[in-house]
Amino acid sequence: MEQQSQRSVSGSVQSPRSPSSQPYLCVSVTDPVKLGNGVQAYISYRVITKTNFPEYQGPEKIVIRRYSDFIWLRDRLFEKYKGIFIPPLPEKSAVEKFRFSAEFIEMRRQALDVFVNRIASHNLLQQSEDLRTFLQADEETMERLRSYETGIFKKKPADLMQIFKDVQSKVSDVVLGKEKPVEESNPEYEKLKHYVFELENHLAEAQKHAYRLVKRHRELGQSLSDFGKAAKLLGACEGQALGKAFSDLGAKSEALSVKLQKEAHQLLMNFEEPLKDYVRAVQSIKATMGERANAFRQQCELAETMKLKEINLDKLMLTRSDRVGEAEHEYKELKAASEEATKRFETIVRLMNEEIVRFQEQKTRDMGIAFHEFAKGQARLANSVADAWRSLLPKLEACSFA
Amino acid sequence: MMGSENPGFEEAHLFASREEMESLVLDDPLTTHHPNNNNSYSSFRSANSSVSESTRHPLSPPVLSNPADSDPLLSPPVYRNPNASDNNSYIEPPSYADVIFSPFDDSSANEINRIDSTSKDPDSSFSLSRSSSSSSDYIKITVSNPKKEQETANSLVPGGNTYYTYLITTRTNIPDFGSSEFSVRRRFRDVVTLSDRLAEAYRGFFIPPRPDKNVVESQVMQKQEFVEQRRVALEKYLRRLAEHPVIRLSDELKVFLQVEGRLPLSLSTDVASRVLDGAVKLPKQLFGESTAVVAPHEVVQPAKGGRDLLRLFKELRQSVANDWGGSKPPVVEEDKVFMEKKERIHDLEQQISNASQQAEALVKAQQDMGETMGELGLAFIKLTKFENEEAMYNSQRERAADMKCLATAAVKASRFYRELNAQTVKHLDTLHEYLGIMLAVHGAFADRTSALLTVQTLLSELSTLHSRAEKLEAASSKIFGGDKSRNHKIEELKETIRVTEDSKNVAIREYERIKENNRCELERLDKERRVDFLNMLKGFVVNQVGYAEKISDVWTKVAEETSGYARDS
Repeated sequence: MEQQSQRSVSGSVQSPRSPSSQPYLCVSVTDPVKLGNGVQAYISYRVITKTNFPEYQGPEKIVIRRYSDFIWLRDRLFEKYKGIFIPPLPEKSAVEKFRFSAEFIEMRRQALDVFVNRIASHNLLQQSEDLRTFLQADEETMERLRSYETGIFKKKPADLMQIFKDVQSKVSDVVLGKEKPVEESNPEYEKLKHYVFELENHLAEAQKHAYRLVKRHRELGQSLSDFGKAAKLLGACEGQALGKAFSDLGAKSEALSVKLQKEAHQLLMNFEEPLKDYVRAVQSIKATMGERANAFRQQCELAETMKLKEINLDKLMLTRSDRVGEAEHEYKELKAASEEATKRFETIVRLMNEEIVRFQEQKTRDMGIAFHEFAKGQARLANSVADAWRSLLPKLEACSFA
Repeated sequence: MMGSENPGFEEAHLFASREEMESLVLDDPLTTHHPNNNNSYSSFRSANSSVSESTRHPLSPPVLSNPADSDPLLSPPVYRNPNASDNNSYIEPPSYADVIFSPFDDSSANEINRIDSTSKDPDSSFSLSRSSSSSSDYIKITVSNPKKEQETANSLVPGGNTYYTYLITTRTNIPDFGSSEFSVRRRFRDVVTLSDRLAEAYRGFFIPPRPDKNVVESQVMQKQEFVEQRRVALEKYLRRLAEHPVIRLSDELKVFLQVEGRLPLSLSTDVASRVLDGAVKLPKQLFGESTAVVAPHEVVQPAKGGRDLLRLFKELRQSVANDWGGSKPPVVEEDKVFMEKKERIHDLEQQISNASQQAEALVKAQQDMGETMGELGLAFIKLTKFENEEAMYNSQRERAADMKCLATAAVKASRFYRELNAQTVKHLDTLHEYLGIMLAVHGAFADRTSALLTVQTLLSELSTLHSRAEKLEAASSKIFGGDKSRNHKIEELKETIRVTEDSKNVAIREYERIKENNRCELERLDKERRVDFLNMLKGFVVNQVGYAEKISDVWTKVAEETSGYARDS
């Protein structure tokens, strides 16, 4: 069941909608197909892009992508757009044999569709070059990029620098006598962090029960089917009016079993999956928080290092050492790096503040839809149940007078 | 009335925190369609006094852990909203007798399970009654008050043997009993005696099987639990006996219910005397010293192990002869109709057993659904609280409100599932009851078979005796003047033949009597079963409809309240 792709509006929200001139970027992920053999088998999807963005080959472009391509995109966005909550991806399947079940494939397809559309409708993310690549590049290029990413070159120079810096900061912490890594002392942010961590726990529990509820629907469906069969057999044995009554009951029971299985599926796709998605989104926020913490640490230690360098420079200048020039140069570089780190950090903070508002609103909408579908489904099911059983009453009544 | 009565504090352990459940302000009482009231319910109960109100129940889902979890119709669930204006919102499910059942038309379709107290019609014969004629007769039996007592005479064990007695109270308007209310204290051993005596006296009848002795369980279980379980089983058994049109008037039952003191055992059931008799008699019989003859009065009972060894051997020999199709037994089970019925009964039993099993599984599935729905609701309640406490944005408060709406509905639906289930258990229990009745049917058919075997044995014995007599006469006639010793033997033989003839006639009469009992009982079984099963189906269906409607209402409301989020399709 495809989710309606959201229309993206870049620029002012107040601008009037005019179908032809308004920029749009719509994506659908469709047609899962199993390719390859044995252990190497995988699912490929058709990704259809409809857009009038100038940078894109419009108005429509179709490419074939697989799950690891989506991971590539997510990773690239995560690196480039620190501070933004990157939309979450559905998990890899833990259980082998489940990997190709129709249900799992459908769930994944739906989740991937949602993923791409969320990126496409985010005013910043939609500008991403990597997104363009993902949506437009031919399959060979995509494969090359993907394997490059997941190969031994995964750790890029920037990452290595990051690791080095992390180590450095830890060392300097120890040297400077600090035991804990440096953390922001922003009470509002603390509150947010606490909120996010607690939220994940609550959501995980709700999602667990939602999943169980799906199972219960299936079990009830099964037991209704079995009971129906047993009633029919008993009816055949009894014969006459009573026998017919049992048979009718059995038939209704079996029919309801089918409805229950259907509802179980609906519940899975429209309620449990959105909840899972919510959990993943919170995990994505945590990842962004990690990035913010890193940025903050970097900023702090660069500031520290800069101060030290400044002190050293002053010392050298006093002693009129010939290393002054070198030291000055190093100091200027450090200052630039420090300013950059500060800017990076502040960008993350700013973006996060926007993102959190957007996140809350989005989730209220998503959950509202999920709840609505849930309630609709339950009401629909209950009505079917009532109707089915009710239709038996006149026949049963007729039996009594027979 | 039912021993330990628990005011219905239900499965607390089902929910993480019962206080949370209780403190739930369910601000929309489900009263729109169900102004059910207590009065209608109590009239239903008194009208159906013989309805088994068992609490501990084979079909009852294990989660109903409270053994004295009484009839949910009796007591309200604990988590009633104290603020609800109509206190009956959550109590009574639409028990089918309360339902108006008018000639079915569209307008009343919606009325069916909206318990409308104004237009009640208890005489609409929705629930059929079993007894056609004397429906005003009743025997109401209650078993209560288990007490531990000491064995007085010769206890080998120091400290004495203890046993439990139960107070059995009977209320009746049947004149035969001589009194309208009386009590007696009985121990389980008396019940065994009663059951044995009934089996002797009422061969061919479908006698309800007595509760098991449960020797292992009595050692393994907690005393209190075991005693309670037994009390319930005894009550059920006695009530079934009281429902049987013939047995309810039996002397055996009367004595059991009215006369204090140890139940007298008839000769045939006294194990000790039986064994002694048998051991004494057998050698004599084998060596032909005593009359190896089945006396007429013995013929009315099947051969029993202890005392009738010789008869047992003879009948066994006969049954083998029957099986191997040797001499065609003069009395053939000619009743083809009976054989067909027997087949049918066997088939029926299998199907009932199967249906009973599936019913159990269905009940469990319903229970689980209710449980999980409740847990989901609770999880969302927690989320709601959390979002409200930590809200920094309005969108969070909105979401919290939406969640609360859903959670409340889920909790309500959960309750409905569990109430529905309690009712489902009661109705589908009929299937289980009939399995017990099938046992009784087996017993009755076995009576018939053994009576027939007795007849066949006697017949073949007679023919043997006759041919022996002929041979003797032929041999004797060859000797001029008569053969004194042979003549003497012939006389004796003729005497034996006479007695055996008598026995044969008695046996045939007994067999015919049992056949007739079988026939009547089968008719009764068919009639009653039809009524019982039909009532079961109706009850089951009506409940399903009623609760499905309630659940639908709950969710429709939520769907309406969240309709703002509806996707444009």
